[in-house]
Amino acid sequence: MTAGGASGAAAAANRTRWTVDPARAAGPVALRSARMSEHAQSMQVSDGDGSPWDFVPGPVPGARDVRALVLSGYGLNCEAETAAGLRMAGARAEIVHVGDLVHGGGTQLDGAHMLVFVGGFSFGDHIASGRVFANRMRFGLGERLARFVDDGGLVLGICNGFQTIVKLGLLPALDRRPGQGLAPQQASLVHNDRLGYRDAWVRLSIDSRSPCVFTRGSTGVPLPVPSRHGEGKLVLADEAVRARVEGEHLVPVRYVDADGNATEAWPDNPNGSMAGMAGLCDASGRVFGLMPHPEAYLYPENHPRWIAQRDRGRLPAVGHGLGILVNGVRAAVE
Amino acid sequence: MAIHRLEIEVRPGLVDALAEQTRRRLEAWLGLRPAGIRTRRVIHLDLGLSDHEAQRVLAALVDPVAEVGAVGMLPDEAPTPDAPPVVLQVGLRPGVTDSVGTSVRRAAEDCVGRALTGRAHASTLYLVWGLTEAQVQEAADAVLHNPLVEHARILAVPRALDLQVPRPGDDGATAVAVVPLRDDDDDALTRRSIEGMLALSLAEMRAIQQHFRERGRDPTDAELECLAQTWSEHCKHKIFAAPIEHTYATGATEVIEEGLFRRYIRGATEAVAARRRDEGIDAQDAPYLVSVFHDNAGVVRCTEVDHLVYKVETHNSPSALDPYGGAMTGIVGVNRDSFGTGRGADLLANVWGYCFGDPHHAGRVPRGLMHPRRIRDGVHHGVIDGGNQSGIPYMRGWELFDARYLGKPLVFCGTVAVMPVESAGRPTHEKYPRPGDRVVMVGGRIGKDGIHGATFSSVRLDERSPVQAVQIGDPITQKMMFDMLTEARDRGLMSAMTDNGAGGLSSSVGEMAESTGGARIDLALAPLKYPGLAPWEILISEAQERMTVVVPPDRLDAFLALAERREVEATVLGELTDSGRFVVTHGEQAVVDLSLRFLHEGWPRALLRARLDPPARPPVDEAAIAAAREPARQGEHLLALLQTPELACGEARARGYDHEVKGLGVIKPFVGVRHDVPASATVMRIRHGRPEGVVLGEGVHPFYADADDHGAFAMAQAAVDEGVRRVLCAGARWDRMAALDNFCWPDPIVSERTPDGEHKLAQLVECCRGLAQACEAYGLPLISGKDSMKNDAVLDGVKISIPPTLLVSVMGQMQDVSRALTLEPRAAGDVLVMLGDTREELGGSAVTRCLGLRGLGDAPRSDPDRYAQRYRAFVAARDAGLVRSAAPIGRGGLGIALAHALLAAELDVEVELPTTNLDPFAMLWSESTGRLLLSARVDDLPALREHLGSHGLVTLGRLAAPTAPRGARLRVRWGGAALLDVGVDELRTRFRSGLPD
Repeated sequence: MTAGGASGAAAAANRTRWTVDPARAAGPVALRSARMSEHAQSMQVSDGDGSPWDFVPGPVPGARDVRALVLSGYGLNCEAETAAGLRMAGARAEIVHVGDLVHGGGTQLDGAHMLVFVGGFSFGDHIASGRVFANRMRFGLGERLARFVDDGGLVLGICNGFQTIVKLGLLPALDRRPGQGLAPQQASLVHNDRLGYRDAWVRLSIDSRSPCVFTRGSTGVPLPVPSRHGEGKLVLADEAVRARVEGEHLVPVRYVDADGNATEAWPDNPNGSMAGMAGLCDASGRVFGLMPHPEAYLYPENHPRWIAQRDRGRLPAVGHGLGILVNGVRAAVE
Repeated sequence: MAIHRLEIEVRPGLVDALAEQTRRRLEAWLGLRPAGIRTRRVIHLDLGLSDHEAQRVLAALVDPVAEVGAVGMLPDEAPTPDAPPVVLQVGLRPGVTDSVGTSVRRAAEDCVGRALTGRAHASTLYLVWGLTEAQVQEAADAVLHNPLVEHARILAVPRALDLQVPRPGDDGATAVAVVPLRDDDDDALTRRSIEGMLALSLAEMRAIQQHFRERGRDPTDAELECLAQTWSEHCKHKIFAAPIEHTYATGATEVIEEGLFRRYIRGATEAVAARRRDEGIDAQDAPYLVSVFHDNAGVVRCTEVDHLVYKVETHNSPSALDPYGGAMTGIVGVNRDSFGTGRGADLLANVWGYCFGDPHHAGRVPRGLMHPRRIRDGVHHGVIDGGNQSGIPYMRGWELFDARYLGKPLVFCGTVAVMPVESAGRPTHEKYPRPGDRVVMVGGRIGKDGIHGATFSSVRLDERSPVQAVQIGDPITQKMMFDMLTEARDRGLMSAMTDNGAGGLSSSVGEMAESTGGARIDLALAPLKYPGLAPWEILISEAQERMTVVVPPDRLDAFLALAERREVEATVLGELTDSGRFVVTHGEQAVVDLSLRFLHEGWPRALLRARLDPPARPPVDEAAIAAAREPARQGEHLLALLQTPELACGEARARGYDHEVKGLGVIKPFVGVRHDVPASATVMRIRHGRPEGVVLGEGVHPFYADADDHGAFAMAQAAVDEGVRRVLCAGARWDRMAALDNFCWPDPIVSERTPDGEHKLAQLVECCRGLAQACEAYGLPLISGKDSMKNDAVLDGVKISIPPTLLVSVMGQMQDVSRALTLEPRAAGDVLVMLGDTREELGGSAVTRCLGLRGLGDAPRSDPDRYAQRYRAFVAARDAGLVRSAAPIGRGGLGIALAHALLAAELDVEVELPTTNLDPFAMLWSESTGRLLLSARVDDLPALREHLGSHGLVTLGRLAAPTAPRGARLRVRWGGAALLDVGVDELRTRFRSGLPD
């Protein structure tokens, strides 16, 4: 007997973009991106094309009362930099152990404005990334989380956090109505086309028509951020889900090539996600997740080309990744 | 009890990434081209679940979008009706750490809402079409499993439901045996040591015999094991502690009564500390050296709120047997060392370095060994998983290759940590255990893993090396333990802690006992992975992810409650005492009762003999050397050198390691416009929101050791010098550097198998002498170190010994990371200069190894006192803003440093080699130490000359905007004529193809 609720139409969803390797058509079908390069190549990261933001990320006026909960424990490991970034944005960041949150029935969420699922390897990503963590949250705290979102709470998931909130049904959460519990899982993050973990900087284009509150204020210049994961390829349950997320602009960020075009080609796109999808938001725009790590670009010196940027007079005052967190805090203040 | 089998696979139409990777490996390694592969995850639930519950657990584990799964079996449908697959199942052997299984049990508990007993077991199914059973078996043996820790079975098709699960352990007696050795003669004592894997010498066995004769009883098996662990080379560093009669090359003889460690390692550090005091470098109440030599790792002062901690370890033998598990244990093990220093430090950065056989090795591999490429893949994979899953970025990585590492690869792993100066109102670097404090074991459970690891690393490897000597790490269990213990530290819930590594509880509790003068533990309380462990096995098991923590009685309840809340197992085993004895029981049964004095000091010191007696040099190959020196050949040499594995890029593999987590990186492991040139040194902030940084670099030059009769001395000085130059180039302060020494040596004790032991020991003495002299000259304290002294393998009757290898890891500090520099030249129009003089020093150099030249003279000689003056002048010029880029000239000489400048900046590099008595071959490839390649603004050249003119400053040329249509070029002229002219694309192609991805 087989399990798995959603229909198996993931292949059909992107028939136009994927080709079967004819040499191996006799065997079980493995799909590969038509544009995937076979050989290692080096990617050039720009020395700086100006700011991706039309504002200077920094402390948000009125943010002192913004409470942001940053989850930790069970193998999560980006809580320190995420909390540091939120503090740079002026918010009160509290690092909360997942165990305390679940055992306490989520009381810490009372009065909180933002909940951040940080990066890491929750429970070792054993079985699949984020799976055990998502189950624990769903079984232990599902109703409370749904209520937090209904009440306008902001949720940000980064890397393992994105994997987790997608598996929790918080993204893309199509057709979910307030008062309902968590939505069923409609998307997933699976192994990169090139199996294995890879650490490299990527560029993200920002869809200015997306409702996402975390990506507001884009100048159209791509956002450079480090990407580091082994399971970052976004797959959507079926063609209908794909049409909805595209049509409703629920893909706020995409991997782009040097010319700024969304790409499926490695290494600009590290995992082979269709149409360069690097993240998702829900229809409210207040729940956002992405694979790359904006919280690892808080300082100008995080950028691999910071010395060259400074020589060209283009070193930003703070890391551009901070803009995502500042946007979140601004949304909480509004 | 019902067992359920779950099978999960990728939903049809999506990429099965493991199958795809397997297909590539089978083709690349074995030339096998299956028509198709599909993989499945198999999980056996032995958790006492009902069928309905098993279905719910399956639904919770399967990704509804990306996977399909079944309780029982998924259908093995063939793509075409007449082609049944060959089905291979790979699973862990009984008792091997199954971290996936542990997570599945957690997930099942969350799903059914109750605590479960029993286990879950993970394995992998490969369905292969278009290969024969024999071919799949070949793939299983060569690529898909390691028989030491895994079993691989080809299943008959159509498959029957397989519900077998590993059931480790047995109901065997937990009795303590007495070892009647009081009447043994020497032969019997020697036999006992060898057969029992005790690695004790006859003199040591006699000392034990004597001790127990005096006490009027025989030792228990556990006492003998405990002594063997504690007295092992691994734990007691006997070779470094023993008195040595050393005969110099001149024939003069000296007895180093206090041993190498006290004279040279500790001696150098004490001399540096004394000079800092005399010169008033540090504030009186804030000495730079906070804690050295007596803890798990060295501690130095950094800011008013943070100290820095650093330790580098080796994990060689286990990595030879199980590259993945052994190397992972290496990284998570050294994490525990740095973490367990004082009352706990916060892990900041990992480093790794490997010495392997040539990955392109085409010859036969002796029985009992793996191909170097497989070892390399496994080691990388293990350290990647261990470091990444722990959330610690790597900051340094390097690889060297030589046929002599075929028998034993060297796997260096290190960890830098930040220690808060104070926690819970006390200095964090201090432990304050008191008699009556409870001894608590925290973390994983005890199994037979790693039994005899400490003694095993003290013997050479052969085909009979024990399987249980390998442990597999579980980084997540460890991460959860670290998070919990950090909370305990901050709340003041413990008075001391140490790592359970080599020797297990016998070492960790034995060490803690020294601090108060005694300890008493009951092994019956220790949580076990499975039944059937004898008390001596519980005592010395090296099962991973365990710390031994000392908790004051009034904090015990709070400590245990915190552990429970964080799902970390913590068990009180006993308490510290002041009885002068280490007492171990198993329930009512007496297991160990040893005086601490005998345990820690009772081992006999034997006088060792060292005499330089170098082997005859191979004949000089005059014709080949003359041909290689032809000026016209130098361009060819450059391309060949860039493609040698140890000078090749290595970026593709290194990107598997996380180097961005924590968000503190400033100069990361790769630099340049295409970030594929290895950084000379890396820089990382030590805390969010602060400007101070830690700077990491290292030096390792094993090929100098045997290059000439005094190569070991030269090797040590070159290693120190390169480490120092690296961190200074990136921006480190002169007065805040510290170093670690890691010795990996071939057995230096004379025996039947090692007739040249006296020479190898003399090389060790010379190496220590060179190390100490250089460290004193640079004011560089050695704050921690490690030695691994038996790196020989005897396989098929042939002995393979590694070259003597010293790794010097240097940690620097900077006050403001925004002043960091890299090797990358910054702008067209800047000038390139070299600081320091070049001599013809080609012995052991990269070019001689690459071209296979023999008899090219001596290894580089260093002059640390003179270099120290030079570097201080450089630091002054650097801090005055006169230097725009800086790189040490090291392996591969000036030629490689110039190539790196071109690859990093993609500017034309135009150089006129200085006219000296050296020919271009020596000028380009000599590895003379003490040299830096700098770039500067033209306008700053006069000021730079003022600072550095008296230290050997040579103008080499300039950087220019690329003029050629196909990009930047390196143009080197000599004596007014073009010598070398090569484009960046050609260089990069070679540079990126020297190592398999």
